[in-house]
Amino acid sequence: LTSVIPWNSAPSHLCEPWNPLTLFSHISLEFPAFPSPFSLCFPWEASPSSKISLEFPHFFPQKIPWNSLESPHTFPPEFSAVPSPFSRCVFPSQDIRNTVGNIPMEWYQDFPHVGYDLDGRRIFKPLRSKDELDLFLEKMENPEYWSAIPGKPRDRSVPWDGGSAVKSHRGFGDGICGELPAVDFFSHEVRIHPVTNRPADKRSFIPSLVEKEKVSKLVHAIKMGWIQPRKPKENVPTFYDLWAQEDPNSILGRHKMHVPAPKIPLPGHAESYNPPPEFLLSPEELSWEQQEPSERRLNFLPRRFPSLRAVPAYPRFIHERFERCLDLYLCPRQRKMRVNVDPEDLIPKLPKPRDLQPFPTTQALIYRGHSSLVRTLSVSPSGQWLVSGSDDGTLRFWEVISARCLRTVPVGSAVKSVAWNPNPNVCLVAAAVADPTLDPTGSLQSRLSLGSAPSAIPFPIPFPIPFPFQPVTQVTWHAKGDYWASVLRNPGGRQVLIHQSSRRWSQDPFRKSPGMIQCVRFHPIRPYFLVASQRSVRIYNLLRQELTKKLQSNCQWISSMAVHPGGDNVICGSYDSKLAWFDLDLSTRPYRLLRHHRRALRAVSFHRRYPLFASASDDGTVIVCHGMVYNDLLQNALLVPLKVLKGHVPTLDLGVLDVAFHPQQPWLFSSGADGTVRLYT
Amino acid sequence: PGGLGYERGAATNYITRNRARKKLQLSLPDFRRLCILKGIYPHEPKHKKKVNKGSTAPRTFYLLKDIKFLLHEPIVNKFREYKVFVRKLRKAYGKSEWGTVERLKDNKPTYKLDHIVKERYPTFIDALRDLDDALSMCFLFSTFPRTGKCHVQTIQLCRRLAVEFQNYVIASRSLRKVFLSIKGIYYQAEVLGQPITWITPYTFSHDHPTDVDYRVMATFTEFYTTLLGFVNFRLYQSLNLLYPPKIDSQAEDELKPAEGKEYAMDSESYLERLSALSASLARAVAPAHEDEVEMDEFPVEGETAELMDAKKKEQEALEKHKKLFEGLRFFLNREVPREPLAFVIRCFGGQVSWDKSLCIGATYDATDPSITHHIIDRPRVDKQVVGRYYLQPQWVFDSVNAKLCLPVADYFPGLLLPPHLSPFVMEKEGDYVPPEKLKLLALQRGENPGAGNEESEEEEEEEEEEEGDNDKEEEEEEDESEKEEEMKLQKMEEQKMGEQKTEEQKSQTNKDKQRLEQEQQSEEKRLAIMMMKKREKYLYKKIMFGKKRKIREANKLAEKRKAHDAALKEQKKKSKKARQV
Repeated sequence: LTSVIPWNSAPSHLCEPWNPLTLFSHISLEFPAFPSPFSLCFPWEASPSSKISLEFPHFFPQKIPWNSLESPHTFPPEFSAVPSPFSRCVFPSQDIRNTVGNIPMEWYQDFPHVGYDLDGRRIFKPLRSKDELDLFLEKMENPEYWSAIPGKPRDRSVPWDGGSAVKSHRGFGDGICGELPAVDFFSHEVRIHPVTNRPADKRSFIPSLVEKEKVSKLVHAIKMGWIQPRKPKENVPTFYDLWAQEDPNSILGRHKMHVPAPKIPLPGHAESYNPPPEFLLSPEELSWEQQEPSERRLNFLPRRFPSLRAVPAYPRFIHERFERCLDLYLCPRQRKMRVNVDPEDLIPKLPKPRDLQPFPTTQALIYRGHSSLVRTLSVSPSGQWLVSGSDDGTLRFWEVISARCLRTVPVGSAVKSVAWNPNPNVCLVAAAVADPTLDPTGSLQSRLSLGSAPSAIPFPIPFPIPFPFQPVTQVTWHAKGDYWASVLRNPGGRQVLIHQSSRRWSQDPFRKSPGMIQCVRFHPIRPYFLVASQRSVRIYNLLRQELTKKLQSNCQWISSMAVHPGGDNVICGSYDSKLAWFDLDLSTRPYRLLRHHRRALRAVSFHRRYPLFASASDDGTVIVCHGMVYNDLLQNALLVPLKVLKGHVPTLDLGVLDVAFHPQQPWLFSSGADGTVRLYT
Repeated sequence: PGGLGYERGAATNYITRNRARKKLQLSLPDFRRLCILKGIYPHEPKHKKKVNKGSTAPRTFYLLKDIKFLLHEPIVNKFREYKVFVRKLRKAYGKSEWGTVERLKDNKPTYKLDHIVKERYPTFIDALRDLDDALSMCFLFSTFPRTGKCHVQTIQLCRRLAVEFQNYVIASRSLRKVFLSIKGIYYQAEVLGQPITWITPYTFSHDHPTDVDYRVMATFTEFYTTLLGFVNFRLYQSLNLLYPPKIDSQAEDELKPAEGKEYAMDSESYLERLSALSASLARAVAPAHEDEVEMDEFPVEGETAELMDAKKKEQEALEKHKKLFEGLRFFLNREVPREPLAFVIRCFGGQVSWDKSLCIGATYDATDPSITHHIIDRPRVDKQVVGRYYLQPQWVFDSVNAKLCLPVADYFPGLLLPPHLSPFVMEKEGDYVPPEKLKLLALQRGENPGAGNEESEEEEEEEEEEEGDNDKEEEEEEDESEKEEEMKLQKMEEQKMGEQKTEEQKSQTNKDKQRLEQEQQSEEKRLAIMMMKKREKYLYKKIMFGKKRKIREANKLAEKRKAHDAALKEQKKKSKKARQV
């Protein structure tokens, strides 16, 4: 009996909570009056039309499906509405066409049909069973195939729903007795009777020894003071007057050493949400976006909003705070002394040039005539005549006052250097001519003029001295006017020769060449000979024939040299646009290194009487400086730049090539690459 | 300490970060936390190569003394305890020993930063000086959402402290400057003589960036909240205010909503009412009437007297500034940022209210007839009430910065606002001054630019132009000395050539003389510069370069302004013509 009653259909609203036991009792009550053919009327049924018929197919060998006996049972509508946990097996809602009911399908094995439809007609079995191909196709097409239970009911796979698969499977396998009602023992209701009859264990009556042991241990620990009650949390106010006692002693050395982080610079007008129009970036300045963030002068793009309502959130706000945090803890700090000087204070206080007059200030005369750059010039000791040598292969003699060219002497090739004999009684000019085509590469041109009258114009007659040596680059006279020295371009070999014009013989003073010699000078007073090599100046004593001093110039390449008429100071010009002033008494290093010019220095010169010196440079300027030398040994020389003389036009990257002072007047002659000689007065 | 056996010299005074970390036996995050909390920062040694033991590898150096100082820090042990705690907790979780978890959580190691605050700022003034970053950070954190990013408690604490500080500034009337920038709103208050500047973001939700390490920020905030709490306590104490702040009982009664309409629990709405900034705070001691300290007058002579006078004037101006909005009643429309405006207005003695539905703490209604200023930020007003000004919010900020109530005509709703200038810029001589600032300065001096407004503007412009020209001349003088020289030579030649000059040209010659003299002076200067030593020359050139650049920039700004104004005038003319036609 129990196995056939469709208990799942029990209306929950009538017997609440529904318990199969109660159902049993009802049934047992009805049992004595069991009518044939075993139809049973349930007490909750409202009308006889809705009867559920029960069958006991065990007793009938012909196996009559119970649906065939009576009209298909119908249920009160609330049955299907109430979701019962068991409704799954009996009334699969999706398949109500077949009214076969809950019987094993094996029963239909021998029949051509599988059940009956709603009208009671037979539903026939499909003609052929599925072969492997059909199965495979189904497997491919049905995504739920893997979870489906092999379809025994009505030849169709039922998708697996939740965890009840096992139960349902068992139900089908066990046949009619499979579905045991689940007894909900552990419901929320409290019951007075035990579920089982099993007597309680003994250990539930006697106290636990393990617990006793534990408790005794705890008691012991408490007695011994090992376990203490939890301390109540102290209720200390979080904030109080921390600086109530400000102790000046607590300011440690640390705080004095502390380098406070610089504050974030305060915003300017440009950062305003509504800045003045000039602070907005113009279209050509809008390359802000393309710039690297580190290159930007402002770390934001100035923008203008018509009202406060329109201002959006700044997207980099958190970034900026974070960067500040990083700066605070990660950025190395250093105390930097910011120089807060007035730039005017940095300018040295020098005597005014006006107080140091006389010195040449303006360009007075231009001696024109040379067709090529004028490499060299020299003034006669009387100051009346001027000789200049040019690359056009001529020597020109000029009258200083009138700028008249008195005589042009063609020498055939470029004149490298000229020097007027300083002896006023002897009118003699030495000129170094370099011409690789001529065999006598060096020549001396001279004319002795004994007459000291100014009217006597020296018309020099060329008097060549053949030099069997390398090309001569420079000639210079001794102060007395008898000896003269020449420099040859002969690296590694004989480079300097000293000649005596009265005896007409030459000598080579050095056994070994001291590097590449740039320039030589005789000392104006003492028997010294100064030789400038590439980076240093050597001073030789000619009498004792030894090296007395070696001056380190601190320049890369010395170009020219001049000796102060007092004899204790030397200036050197260099191709790296420096002028070194040496005080021979002070040191072998320059007393002062002047960087007045912007380009290479070509020539330097001292005035014989006035405390003046001049330097000529490739930038086309001549700078006249005041160079006062005091007799007092304790006082260093006073150097004051006086005037930047301009006028020469730089051509072929060459500016002023030579410079010379007038022997008496504070006048200055300069010769330049533009083919002119100029006089500044 | 030197691995290469250095015993003295610069190398022994410094320690690299990794070595320091090893010495302290801390992990890098812990070391970072410790450095942040203790305010230890790397130092840039004078001779990096010497300190780096001859290597030129880029390294950060800490002072060895600093690291030794960190060795004794009790917080280091707390860090270790915390590490152990985390380990134990993880283990307990893994074993599902919930009792142990409870117990461990109860005994979670905590630490306090009080002593560190005291140590870093031995005096209160020191703490005030370093308050800028703390305030900015707290204001930022208080705007964070209550989820993610950091602990809710931190955010709440930040909000509380920020509101407390704002209330203090209101109570002490110490706000001086406000600036609406595109980044946020800058405030500057003067607390005990120290200027404190902070920035608050505009009230929008944050787009949290991913390339920001919030742990670092949170550590900073941890310290800053402690610092700010103590500073707030002290500040409240200095004003005899109760701390934690209580709203004045009288104001509280006013603010209390009608029975049955309660908005939230008292404890919950308390902070909100406080942050509404509309009520004054309760004092621990009832204030004696106007406890202003009057300066005693000492008999002084000469310069000090002048100084004293100047000081007194300044003081008076300050007092006036503090009472700028006294007696004015503001009403904030709902589209206006409520908090900054309420804060600023209350700081200068004004009364402020807003719509009841907008925020708690509204004291009067929009229909109140006593309202004098209605702050509005929409292009036009629908229903205007007679007897009050309808103004855009910029008026409040500009008035505060100008230290006087500006004429309202420029700030009516819908008008194009005058530029909002930064109050932090103090123009020095030679700097570019925007014409608006000049106008403002004139207003402050008491001149009325009403009638001759445009004329004066033009004059100013002309002046500026002249200034600009002068600057240019100077530049040219210095830059193009060669040209000048040639000019001079030419002039001299001319002078020599033609000595027969008429008397008419005498004035000209006079001018030339002056010019010649100037030239001579400049030449002397140039010659003297030639004689400068290399290092001095470098410095001089650098300074002059900076100066020139400044002048150039000022000129550029002035030019831009001129062009803009010209364009504007053109437009006006055109529109006028169009109207006439």
